[in-house]
Amino acid sequence: MHRSVWGILPGALPLLTLMVMLGPVLLGLWWTLAPALGLLSEGLSLGPLRAALAWPGLREASLLSVTTGIGSTVIALAITALILAGWSGTRAFAVLQRLLSPLLALPHAAAAFGLAFLIAPSGWIARSLSPGVTGWDRPPDLLILQDPWGLTLIAGLVTKEVPFLLLMALAALPQTAPGRSRNVATALGYGRVTGFLKTVFPRLYVQIRLPVYVTLAYAMSTVDVAIILGPNTPPTLSVQIVRWMSDPDIGTRDLAAVAALLQLALVIAAILAWRLAERGVAFLGRRWIESGRRGSAEGAGRVAGYALGALSALALVAGIAGLAVWSVAGLWSFPSALPDGLTWRSWQRHGPPGLEAMGTTLAIAAIATAVALVLAIGCLETEERRGVRPSRAMWLLYLPLLVPQTAFLPGVQIGLLSAGLDTGFGPVVVAHLVFVLPYVFLSLAGPYRAWDARYSTVAATLGAASGRVLWRVRLPMLTRACLTAVAVGMAVSVGQYLPTLLAGGGRVATLTTEAVALASGGDRRAIGVWAILQTGAAFLPFALALGLPALLFRNRRGMQDG
Amino acid sequence: MDRSLNLIAVTIRRAGATLLSVDCEIAPGEVLSVMGPSGSGKSTLLSFVTGTLAPAFDVDGSVLLHGEDITRLPAHCRRIGLLFQDALLFPHMSVGQNLAFGLAPGPERRRDRRARIEAALAEVGLEGFAERDPATLSGGQRARVALMRMLLSEPCALLLDEPFSGLDAERRNQIRRLVFDRARARSLPVLMVTHDAEDAAAAGGRVLRIGGEDCG
Repeated sequence: MHRSVWGILPGALPLLTLMVMLGPVLLGLWWTLAPALGLLSEGLSLGPLRAALAWPGLREASLLSVTTGIGSTVIALAITALILAGWSGTRAFAVLQRLLSPLLALPHAAAAFGLAFLIAPSGWIARSLSPGVTGWDRPPDLLILQDPWGLTLIAGLVTKEVPFLLLMALAALPQTAPGRSRNVATALGYGRVTGFLKTVFPRLYVQIRLPVYVTLAYAMSTVDVAIILGPNTPPTLSVQIVRWMSDPDIGTRDLAAVAALLQLALVIAAILAWRLAERGVAFLGRRWIESGRRGSAEGAGRVAGYALGALSALALVAGIAGLAVWSVAGLWSFPSALPDGLTWRSWQRHGPPGLEAMGTTLAIAAIATAVALVLAIGCLETEERRGVRPSRAMWLLYLPLLVPQTAFLPGVQIGLLSAGLDTGFGPVVVAHLVFVLPYVFLSLAGPYRAWDARYSTVAATLGAASGRVLWRVRLPMLTRACLTAVAVGMAVSVGQYLPTLLAGGGRVATLTTEAVALASGGDRRAIGVWAILQTGAAFLPFALALGLPALLFRNRRGMQDG
Repeated sequence: MDRSLNLIAVTIRRAGATLLSVDCEIAPGEVLSVMGPSGSGKSTLLSFVTGTLAPAFDVDGSVLLHGEDITRLPAHCRRIGLLFQDALLFPHMSVGQNLAFGLAPGPERRRDRRARIEAALAEVGLEGFAERDPATLSGGQRARVALMRMLLSEPCALLLDEPFSGLDAERRNQIRRLVFDRARARSLPVLMVTHDAEDAAAAGGRVLRIGGEDCG
C-alpha cells in the first residue's frame, strides 16, 4: 500500500513543491507586469509608466530603498564576520549565540516597535539619561524615529539581520574546518581575527552567499519595519507601493505595479552590484593575504565585534521589555524610568480582539506550516529513496526569498481580483506558504540528511517496508528536528505582514497586520499589547518544540540531543 | 529443501570499474568470512545482498536464498538478518519495543508476544530488561539485544558487518560465541565481513579474500 502510493508520488512531490513555491511568485510577477503596461485599463500604453515617473518622490524613495538595504546588509555582514573572527569557538561566543538564536524568532514588527520605544525622544534611553545627563524635563523635539535618511531603519534592520546571518554562518562553519585553519594561522604568527578573515572567511562567505542576498533583497523591500522606523515623506519605495495598493482610487494600482517592477529592477541591480563588489573585495583581500601582514588592530576588532553583537541582542531584549512595560503602564510621565502606576486596562481593552487575531494568526501559521512540512518531508524522502544527492536546484528554494515581496504580492492581489477570485483566508495561507516552505525545508534538510541511514537498513532487514521505516523509525527519531522546523515555519508565518495584507485584501486581521496598523496612531499601550501578543505567538511554537521532546522522551537518554 | 545462501556470478561495478566479483555458496549453519582491506567493497557486497545498494553501482549476478532468487526483491521482503558493528537499537523505543519491532506480526495475542520477547531476553541473560531505555545498557548488553531483535524477525540467513569490532576483548569473545551458536542452532547460513583475522578464525569456516579470488 505504501509502495503503491509512493510509486506515483516521487515524481510529483518535488514538482508540486516547486509549483507551490514558485507559482505564486511567477503569477504575481505576470499580474504586476500586465497593469504596469496598462493592459488592465486602456490597453498597451506607457500611461502608468509616465504617471509613476511623474511622482515627485520617486527618486528619493528609490534611493532610500537602495541605501537602507545595502547599508544595513553591509553593516550586519561586517558585524557577523567580526564576531565569528574574534570569538568563534570561545565560551563567550557560546553565550552570545544562546542569546541571539531565540531572537531570530522575534517578528520584525515587534522588534522594530521595541527599538522605537527604546530610542525615541521619550524612549527608555532618553528617560534613563534625563534629566541628570541631558537636562531634559520633557521629551526633546528630535526626529530620531522615521528620520529622513533612514538611519533608524538601518539600525532596526541590522539588529534583526545579525542573528540571521550569524546562525546561517554557524550552520556552514563546520564545513570549513575553522579549528585547523586557526591552528595553522596561529602557528604562522597570525592573530585570531586576521587569521580567520584570511583563511576561513573566504570559504565561509561562499557558503552563506545566498542568505546574504536574501538579506539584501529583504532589507531593500521590507514594508512593516519601514512603516514603523522608516521615513515618511517620501517613504521607501516599498511603503509607497503599499500605499498606492491600498488607495481606494483604482487607478493607483497601475502606479503600484510600475513601482513594483522598479523595485524588482532595483533589487536585481543591487544583487549584481554586490556580486561585482565581491570580486573587488576578493581582489583586495588576496593582495592583503599576499602582503603577509599579521594585522594590527586585533584587540579593537574583537572588542568591536562582540560589543556590536551584544548591543543588537540587548537592544532586542530591552525592546521587548519596553513593550511589556508599556502594555501595563498607567500614567507614565517623562522622565520617569518606570510607570507611575501599573494597570491591566490596556489588556482588558485590547486583549479580547487580540486573542481573536491570535487565533487567526496561529490558524494560518499552522495550516501553512503543516503543508510545508509534508512537502519538505516528501521531497527529502524522495531524494533519499532515489539515492540522489542534494541537487544544484537548491538555489530555487531561495528564489521566493530573493524576489522582493513588494514586486510580486501586488500582482497576486490584482490577479486574484481580475480572475474573479476573492482575496481572503485561503489566498493568505497560500501566500504564506511561499515564504514558510523554504525555511521549513532548509531547517529540516540538514538533520534529515545527516540521519544515520544504517537505522533504515536495520529496520528493512527486520521486515519493515519503507513506509513503516519512515513512520516508526525515521520520523520519531527526527521528532526534535521536525518540531524545530515547525517552530521556524510558524515564526516565519506569524511575522508576515505584506502577504497577509495583500492576499487577504485587508480583511484578514492577524496580530502583525493589526500591530503595524497601530504604528501611525502612536498609542503606545495598545502597541505594547499587540506587539507582546505577536511576540508570544512567534515564541510559543519554539517553547513547544523544546518542551515536547523533553516530555515525550523523558525516559530515553539517546533522544536527549538528537 | 535447499536452505543455503547462494551468490551466483556476482560482479559489482562502479563507474565502469569492477569493484569485486564473488561466486559462492554458503551452507546452512556455515560461516563464510569475507576479508579485505578497507575500500575493497566488503560492505558494498552486504548492501547488495540486503537490497540496499545505492543506484550508483552496477551489478550482475543473482542472490539465491533457499533456492529462490531474491535479487529483485525489496529489502524488507528478503528475510536476511543484519548486524552492524554498532547495535543500532532504536533510541526512541524501550528494549522490549525494539524486540517487538523485529518480531514478525502474527495471529498470537499481545500477551503471547510479550512472553516471546521476555523469553528472548532470558535466552541472552537479560531477564526483566524489556522496559529499559537502550541508552542505559552496556555495549555487550546492546549487542545481545540487537542479536535477539534480529533473530525474532526469523531471518533465513545472517549477514555480519564487522559485528564485534566495537566491543572490548573480553566481551568480544563472549558475543562472538553467542552469535555463532545461535546461527548454528537455527541452521542459518552466515556471511561475515571483517578485517579482524581473529573473527574469521573463531568462525571456523572458509575465508574469502576479496580482490578477485573466489571461494571454492
